[in-house]
Amino acid sequence: MNTMRITFLGLVCSVLMVPAAFAGTLDTVKSQGFFNCGVSQGVPGFSNPDENGNWSGIDVDVCRAVSAAIFGDPDKVKYVPLTAKERFTALQAGEIDVLSRNTTWTLSRDAQIGLEFAGVNFYDGQGFMVRKDSGISSAMELDGASVCTNLGTTTELNMADFFRANGMAYEPVVFEKADEVVNAYDEGRCDTYTTDKSGLAAQRTKLADPDAHVVLPETISKEPLGPVVREGDGDWADVVRWSLNAMIEAEEFGLTQSNAQTTCAMTSNPVVARLCGKEGGTGAGLNLGESWSYDIVTMVGNYGDVYEKHVGENTPVGLARAGSPNASYKDGGVLYAPPAR
Amino acid sequence: METDKSRIGSFLFNRSVQGVFYQLITLGLVALGIYYIVTNTARNMLERGLASGFHFLGVESQFDIGMTLIEYSPTSTYFDSFIVGLLNTLLVAGIGILFATIIGFTVGIMRLSSNWLIAKIAEAYVEILRNIPLLLQIFFWYFAVLRALPKPKQSLELYDSFFLNNRGLFIPDTVFGEGSSIIFYLLWLTIIISIGIFIWAKRRQNRTGERFPAFYVSTALILGTFFISLAVTGFPVSFEYPELKGFNFKGGVKLIPELVALTFALAMYTASFIAEVVRGGIMAVSKGQTEAAKSVGLKQNLILRLIIIPQALRVIVPPLTNQYLNLTKNSSLAAAIAYPDLVLVFAGTALMQTGQAIEIIGMVMGVYLFLSLFTSLIMNLFNRFMKVDGER
Repeated sequence: MNTMRITFLGLVCSVLMVPAAFAGTLDTVKSQGFFNCGVSQGVPGFSNPDENGNWSGIDVDVCRAVSAAIFGDPDKVKYVPLTAKERFTALQAGEIDVLSRNTTWTLSRDAQIGLEFAGVNFYDGQGFMVRKDSGISSAMELDGASVCTNLGTTTELNMADFFRANGMAYEPVVFEKADEVVNAYDEGRCDTYTTDKSGLAAQRTKLADPDAHVVLPETISKEPLGPVVREGDGDWADVVRWSLNAMIEAEEFGLTQSNAQTTCAMTSNPVVARLCGKEGGTGAGLNLGESWSYDIVTMVGNYGDVYEKHVGENTPVGLARAGSPNASYKDGGVLYAPPAR
Repeated sequence: METDKSRIGSFLFNRSVQGVFYQLITLGLVALGIYYIVTNTARNMLERGLASGFHFLGVESQFDIGMTLIEYSPTSTYFDSFIVGLLNTLLVAGIGILFATIIGFTVGIMRLSSNWLIAKIAEAYVEILRNIPLLLQIFFWYFAVLRALPKPKQSLELYDSFFLNNRGLFIPDTVFGEGSSIIFYLLWLTIIISIGIFIWAKRRQNRTGERFPAFYVSTALILGTFFISLAVTGFPVSFEYPELKGFNFKGGVKLIPELVALTFALAMYTASFIAEVVRGGIMAVSKGQTEAAKSVGLKQNLILRLIIIPQALRVIVPPLTNQYLNLTKNSSLAAAIAYPDLVLVFAGTALMQTGQAIEIIGMVMGVYLFLSLFTSLIMNLFNRFMKVDGER
């Protein structure tokens, strides 16, 4: 079993790995010519393989951006599909270098289990999905419901908080793999399926009849999702953090995948010039080439490009960005990148 | 001088001295290895900012568990969640072993039947079930169970007190009122007396050769006392019936479909192996034993009970122990279908929320090791009990 294998590997690695050999991840990655990126086992829009095994999604694009920044090529990435349960052990054990798998940033994960969050690439919140014919229109009507969800997530804790705070009873039905949750919910084992709302929108596309289900309006938690790296390697964390920030800042200053080439050639805006790698010397500080952010924008796209391509309103996932926290701070969202200078 | 030298020489080349020497070296290497692993692990965990130690066991878990045999809420501790998981594992293993034994013995005996159809049915059962991976069988039964059963509002019902739907089987709960404790004391008392009757009957038969119907007498004693005491105390036992409220039934006892599917899959799968063990055991008893028993005039059922089965059991019990151990360990596949066993609850949710993989996996491994050794111990004692006196 994969889970056992990874858990075991984690144990063996934490037992055997000699601290002195803990060289910088960035140097190791550069010399081996690729890095390992932990992704989900298939969440449409976030990280999902097509029939040829090519991964795509906004979580995947974080890894592609990191690859573009380091190698000037977005495809020097090996994707490792992981269950929610396996993900942290795989990262701790060194089986992956970046975990980009809709992972919520929380205190206990940051402080207790040797992880470092490199930013937020999607602001989410937990919601509930029910069958339309159940006639339920609010999460407050869920007293006594059977609730299907995923093992090893913040979801399990949030739903316990939610039902306890509102004095309602419920029956948790917890599966290890996301597909099993969807399957059991589809078979009628549960009255409702709970996870991050983006996840609900994505998983709904996998149901037998997606239109027979509806996501309830309540959002019961804050779920800032973002890429994660091992604690104790600041240089590597910086590369991942600023790859993400560059995508957000590029959008803020109007630098898109389609216009980057022409804009960079004739810009007079110093911020844009820095993003284009023409001045500022930001690459040296990160131990990257000077064109790192230009490569990200031209090869992967800015945040807006990536969002609309994978989860925007014109995709099957269909998550409207306007009015959501994922809009730029200029449009009333909370997406705000520190300056790349 | 020369004698001293040769004495040292003979000491060095002494086989048993050499043996001890090599064993000491091996022991030293193993101890060194363990020391290295432990210190290195501790240092690595410290360097990577991983929490360690067992103090997390006293912290509130903050999550819920779908099925608990003891009182449990999100304010209970991680240690409580460990106990909940452990009890759920024991429950599914216990019921699984019981049913696997019953089905296994039945199918094993069926395979030896002289009736062609019965023997072939048993053979098909064994060959199909033991050759399909258990995980697939668990998924099959789980989704077969879920798909076959109606929604809560269309539940199948029996006498308005038993309900079956895709949320589980709901049965009335017995509530013991005041004065019911005396009934239990009497029940225990009659059980102890019955054991005494069995021992006395056996001794008397050894002494005089006369048989005493100990089974019927003690059954009558236990049941008789139970019902009379019930009547005398005025039936202090009542039932709490499950009722449909909102989404689901409330009240009564609930058996979740995960438990049913898992028990079913484990029992059916393990039974196919037990059947073969039983068949082998019975066939190992030589035909002469049956013929000899017949020639002294024993009846067919007595031949089975007194001659064949005791001898077959001596062959059956050791491999049967293996099957029991396998079933217990296989119950950890529960995680695949959301049955909250030790692996799902403790090595799953609790591990994820605390991140303390080494401590938690260590505890879980310890539990399975203990369960296996304990099962072995019980079965070895039983096997010793079944041995023919004087045989080694």
